[in-house]
Amino acid sequence: MNDSVSRRRFLSRGVTGLSAAWASAHWPALLAAATHAHQAAKSPASSKFGFFTLEEAKEIDAITSRIIPTDDTPGAHEAGVVYFIDRGLTTFGVDDQKTYREGLPGLQSRVAEMFQGKSRFSELTPEQQDEVLNSFDEQSPQGRQRRFRTSAGAQNFFETLRQHTIAGFLIDPDYGGNRDAAGWKVIGREREHMFQPPFGYYDKGYPGWEVAAKVEAKEAEKK
Amino acid sequence: MSPDQPKYKTSDEVDFVIIGSGAAGGVLAKELSTNGFRVVVLEQGPYLTEADFTHNEIEILAMDKLTNHPKLQPNTFRKTAGEKAKPQRAIVYGRCVGGTSVHFTANFWRFHEIDFIERSKVGTIPGSTLVDWPISYSDLEPYYTKVEWEIGVSGLAGASPFDPPRSKPYPMPPLPVKSSGVLFERAARKLGWHPYPAPMAILSQARPGRSACVQCGYCLGFGCEVGAKSSSLAAAIRVAEKTGRCEIRPNSYVHKIELDAKGRAVGAVYFDERRNTHLQKAKAVVVCANGAETPRLLLLSANKQFPDGLANSSGLVGKNLMFNSGGTVTGVYEHPLNDYKGYCVSRVLHDFYELDHEKVGFYGGGGLDARYDFTAISFAFGGIPPETPRWGKDFKAALANNFTRTMEIFCHGTSLPVENNSFSLDPDLKDAWGLPALRLTYKDHPDDLKLASWLFERAHAIHEAAGAVKKWSFPPQEQQFGVHLLGTCRMGKDAKTSVINADHRTHDVKNLFLCDGSSLVTSGRGQPTMTIMALAFRAADRITMLAKRGEVGA
Repeated sequence: MNDSVSRRRFLSRGVTGLSAAWASAHWPALLAAATHAHQAAKSPASSKFGFFTLEEAKEIDAITSRIIPTDDTPGAHEAGVVYFIDRGLTTFGVDDQKTYREGLPGLQSRVAEMFQGKSRFSELTPEQQDEVLNSFDEQSPQGRQRRFRTSAGAQNFFETLRQHTIAGFLIDPDYGGNRDAAGWKVIGREREHMFQPPFGYYDKGYPGWEVAAKVEAKEAEKK
Repeated sequence: MSPDQPKYKTSDEVDFVIIGSGAAGGVLAKELSTNGFRVVVLEQGPYLTEADFTHNEIEILAMDKLTNHPKLQPNTFRKTAGEKAKPQRAIVYGRCVGGTSVHFTANFWRFHEIDFIERSKVGTIPGSTLVDWPISYSDLEPYYTKVEWEIGVSGLAGASPFDPPRSKPYPMPPLPVKSSGVLFERAARKLGWHPYPAPMAILSQARPGRSACVQCGYCLGFGCEVGAKSSSLAAAIRVAEKTGRCEIRPNSYVHKIELDAKGRAVGAVYFDERRNTHLQKAKAVVVCANGAETPRLLLLSANKQFPDGLANSSGLVGKNLMFNSGGTVTGVYEHPLNDYKGYCVSRVLHDFYELDHEKVGFYGGGGLDARYDFTAISFAFGGIPPETPRWGKDFKAALANNFTRTMEIFCHGTSLPVENNSFSLDPDLKDAWGLPALRLTYKDHPDDLKLASWLFERAHAIHEAAGAVKKWSFPPQEQQFGVHLLGTCRMGKDAKTSVINADHRTHDVKNLFLCDGSSLVTSGRGQPTMTIMALAFRAADRITMLAKRGEVGA
């Protein structure tokens, strides 16, 4: 593993020790922006946009589709992530509005710089799109080379969008994203509210602690 | 909220005002009101109930619905006393009725005999202020048993050869094993160690008004919607309310303990929801605000008589902070474990609880557990192998394969007390109420980091023996953030070297008691809540005895 990558990832986790679990449970502040979660949680998934123009929505949809692409299983597009983000930016994520307002034009001018005659991300081929995103991603080899001087806002835009895409793809569908539980299907998470053992492959047929302890103690003796 | 709750006037001099309703405050409220006293509990957070405990990760985790909010109550951090502290989130604790016991994982080990007498046993440790407790394991044993039976702990007595003596078995059997538990158990036995069913403060059998665990998979960070998790909300507060003598007053942010001219506490001053100030009068004050907010409140209560903070003649209020050391070793397996289903931890081992420090070269000890504490979203942020791309096709493929096939081995260990590790008042930064923010100063004792590395190696060995396809960990790093907030108003016999005595009474103010993580003298091996609750049961007995002898009230 590249040393600087591992170091950076390590730092991005921020903490160690018993609090590490909390660090992953408590997400980055980006998601913790604002105030009206109840509305965000309760408004039904709509297909109208409250924050983005149709043009912007098309761009955001195209970006989220490279962050979690569609292949033989659904991606961010099928999970309706752009709608989740749109609703989020008028509810729980109002503090991130500026990041999007400034970040999207920045990305589009990057498109124009990198690919002559193009001005929209959504017009590029998937390979070209990845090249643009890599130039924004601090942790990708291209991003580290800093082919372009980027403003702090522009960097932040990609990371914000990356996190929002993940949240919109994997959140409990009852709370305004992950349409039809598409994201959960991809990762193999059943959409049930409660579960019963056996939970997985390895606890099937478990004989109980006392029995297991005895049997395994005998096996150890034989050796 | 129970209809049996009385409504006291702030001018009513109740017997006790308890500040904080968490693991300790909830238990003290239950015990003192059951013993016939009139009690007001002031809780800074809201009164949330099971209906509020959704699986909405944005609301619960990202927006801190159950926890202290970094914008309203910001923190600062520095490593050493000479530095200027920088604003950053330093702690997470439960800020609602029930406190941190609402959202915790519910690991419920007892401390062992060694934790109370380690200083006598190992001698002086350079760089640490390690001392013995003024009480022993056997003093606390009856109260551990009380916690297990009254609050509700599932487990299997006698399953671990390293367990300290107990007077009664657990009141209910362990929860069902998970795939992570089976892998951990088999591998650890192969290595000659002694894994056993984890004692958990989660019901495996229903109790009146509380369901057995339904295995929804949302423990760490979430409240339990069926009352199966033995929070003080589910298991103690409601009993207190039913006595008809205990009022739980939420949204009440205490920022000062008021004293009279004779130096006795007369009550607690707090902001209500509209930020109006009130003084709740009481014959005695019991602070259970957690290991960060309890010392902060004492420091905020400084006056002419106590210029360095209340009950701080020792100068130790806020000091000797311990977070517990440790960390995670993550493994991926061939078949789905589906460990996202159900509670977090089903197997634990304590073979390394008491290490021979001369042999290993450091002090302390620890425990290992098999767990999975991710949601789908937090898994995408922190559960995939470190070299995996953060977005795109390979990122998606890693999520698709690993989400169901991953388990963690958590290494829990000692933090040695170090006097400079502390909570204090930040000289510049203020919270949303205009009060000085909490400042964290923390630098792990070098032995704590050595211990963590040593435990990591054992966790790697278990993954190896269990047949993990892939495993990884990050090197232990100095901590800058804590959730176990311990030792900051330590208990002791000598008023010069401790803040409270063995009855939880402050050495300096006769009718002021402290009981929570701040009371702990040592950090155990990583799971403090069981001990905090046991101390609260014991404190309630001691305080009741003192009150009945007329030695508490003004």
